Amino acid sequence: MSATFLHDALIYLATAVIFVPVAKRLGMGSVLGYFIGGIIIGPFFLGFVGEEGKDIMHFAEFGVVMMLFLIGLELEPTSFWRMRRLIFGTGIMQMGATTLLCFTVLFIFDFTWQAALACGLALSMSSTAIVMQTLREKGLTKTQSGRSSFAVLLFQDISVIPILALLPLLAVSGVHNASSGHASLMEGLPGWAQTLVLLAAANAVVLAGRFLFVPLLRFIARIRLRELFTAAALLIVIATADLMIIVGLSPALGTFLAGVVLANSEFRHELESDIEPFKGVLLGLFFIAVGASINFKLIVANPITVALLVFGLIAIKATVLFITGKLSRLSFDQNMIFTLGLSQVGEFAFVLFAFISQLKILSTHWTDMMMGATAITMTVTPLLLLTNERFILPRFGTKESVEEKEADAVDARHPVIIAGFGHFGSTIGRFLRANGVHAVILDNDSDRVDVLRKMGFKVFYGDATRLDILKCAGADEAKILIAAIDSPEINLSLVDTIRKEFPHLRVMVRAKSRLDAYDLIDAGISNIYRESLDTSVRLGIDALIALGFRKYSAVRAGQNFIKYDETALKKLAAHRHDQEAYIFNTREQIEIQEQLLAADREANPTLYDHAWDSEAHAEKTSGDEPGK
Amino acid sequence: MNKILILFAHPRFENSKTSRALLKNIRQINDVTLHDLYEEYPDFNINIEREKKLLLAHQILVWHHPLYMYSAPALLKQWLDMVLEHGWAHGSRGNNLKDKIIFNALTIGGTKDAYTAGGHNKYTISEFLRPFAQTAALCKMIYLPPYAVHGTHLLSPSDLADYARLYQTLLEKLAQNDFDVDAMSKYDYLNDWLTEEMGANP
Repeated sequence: MSATFLHDALIYLATAVIFVPVAKRLGMGSVLGYFIGGIIIGPFFLGFVGEEGKDIMHFAEFGVVMMLFLIGLELEPTSFWRMRRLIFGTGIMQMGATTLLCFTVLFIFDFTWQAALACGLALSMSSTAIVMQTLREKGLTKTQSGRSSFAVLLFQDISVIPILALLPLLAVSGVHNASSGHASLMEGLPGWAQTLVLLAAANAVVLAGRFLFVPLLRFIARIRLRELFTAAALLIVIATADLMIIVGLSPALGTFLAGVVLANSEFRHELESDIEPFKGVLLGLFFIAVGASINFKLIVANPITVALLVFGLIAIKATVLFITGKLSRLSFDQNMIFTLGLSQVGEFAFVLFAFISQLKILSTHWTDMMMGATAITMTVTPLLLLTNERFILPRFGTKESVEEKEADAVDARHPVIIAGFGHFGSTIGRFLRANGVHAVILDNDSDRVDVLRKMGFKVFYGDATRLDILKCAGADEAKILIAAIDSPEINLSLVDTIRKEFPHLRVMVRAKSRLDAYDLIDAGISNIYRESLDTSVRLGIDALIALGFRKYSAVRAGQNFIKYDETALKKLAAHRHDQEAYIFNTREQIEIQEQLLAADREANPTLYDHAWDSEAHAEKTSGDEPGK
Repeated sequence: MNKILILFAHPRFENSKTSRALLKNIRQINDVTLHDLYEEYPDFNINIEREKKLLLAHQILVWHHPLYMYSAPALLKQWLDMVLEHGWAHGSRGNNLKDKIIFNALTIGGTKDAYTAGGHNKYTISEFLRPFAQTAALCKMIYLPPYAVHGTHLLSPSDLADYARLYQTLLEKLAQNDFDVDAMSKYDYLNDWLTEEMGANP
């Protein structure tokens, strides 16, 4: 590890730590903070980072790679299918119209048609990194604008694959043993062969995901070493990315595919929470690098061209987005967030422009201009959103009536999390599912998880007491958490975590014994379910019936006994810490119980059923009521 | 001021448009307690002591339920059997409900015409309600004619809203003691009394 590496790390991390909190304090959001930090440490201001900015960019792009892996992970086929209309409708509309407009404008300005088309495609991209980060920070992911934004971004991210495949066909010179730095398998192949290689690589990732990654993760999970799992997760991401680089493809897309393949596996949540912190840091680094790489020299040399380019791009993109939003019936507020949020050119444009330049479709000068403009639009986006939030919406905003809709959106996701899917939890899961409620299930026995998944349950491997796992399982949006873990200690620590971190969640807890129940009462839980209560009483009821009791009377006696026992539990728990009172109370409770039992026997069927008790009617001889 | 207790019994409340419409605005009235029996006692295990306390705390009681097989859903019958104990609600020493006012609020699938001597159901609603009337009498309560929503399957949303408004007005008038038992008893339905009243002094 060289001193320069440490030095660079010091600068970048310090930049993040200094600028992001300031930006957050000023209400600007973290993305803008990273950008400003990047610009300031960049070669044109402080010059802490100079020429190596580009290398850092390459390194930091790995943040984007991880982000796409995570987006892929979140994209289950079922939810993708549910959103298909939104994704393809808004996606095709946005990309098609933006590409067409950019193409027309550039063609008028004397670009070749190939260059204009390639640029148009690249410029129609928006930045998934910025938008998703911003939406999440503002808590807008579940709103209409958030969903539309996600749909458009997803469509763009997916369409990068065919675009990369098509670009070689646009290359003027056909074959080129080009000068570019990194060698790849694709170099020197004709356009159609490159397209084939690309499709083959994509298929390889899908197959590897299914037949290599999942068995590997299962094997690792069985060893039960948390850091090893993290290592395996990183290994998967890096290996996929590396494969893609070898065949000369975008690593981000490869990992996106890998993510989608793994989204359906039981390791989804565990992978998400393991990769998340790495992604966060690297993505921050990426934003700093974008800020630092803005070529102010170029801007100073061609101020008018750059200004026109940036302004024109944002205007074109925003217009198309606004119309798209209108067509998908977003309200004005939501549409403004959608429009301005996606109005920048995204990080994939860097990838595409690099490829375009490598294929010699576009001159180096214009490639630099386009990349510069892209970086500037990215920096401008958070400012636009801030302006929208501060000045436009307060004036023109229709104070929205989204409350009801939002409740629906939450309901649509899984409202229940079941932690622990042993014999206790699985019964709950089956019962809920039989009634159309699908729960997210967490269990940390990978063998059991495997079996249950084969039976069609939606079970995830993970340690439910980990905060990040709970977050991934949707604890922020769920309504109920059912703690059904076998070990009372783990259950209790889970309950503590939930009460601290997700106070809105209603917690329902399995308790093994009376003593566990006391601990849970002390922890402030009121929904406690003792394994040893209902089933025992049911057995008791059946025993009474076997002895000749009428069934209804026995059942009612059982119902009342459970009620009595639960009341007694709460009463005793309050006095438990006071030893003397506890003993006294226990004695008192036993006495009460004895009395109750005696009374139950006397007033068969149950203590209170005077209305059905013929002896109580002895008085009724006066004829004031029809006889029974 | 009178306190009103609605003893509501509907085993499929979630699917009942009519009942939901009727009860939607009820919770906002101050002196009304909505007591949802199927929600409180899903196991039919009625807490009799609690029910007695509730009854004592209110002056006007409503048996609010759909008409099932010309009577109330099973839990309300269970409630009658269990709660109205001899020696408490009736009998020579059972005077706890004396002079309280009670009536049925009904949601009925059949139309008014179906409940006539010549109609499909042969008897009128008040004839079908005789067990309730006599139970009230036995407990020394004052029994009023029913408030009824007929032909529930045929109602448009605006019809429902009208019925709901009328029900709310009824409860408000009862709470404010703005009624006369003798005048009310002349009608078959409280609906008719209300329309007449509101027509007289709108």
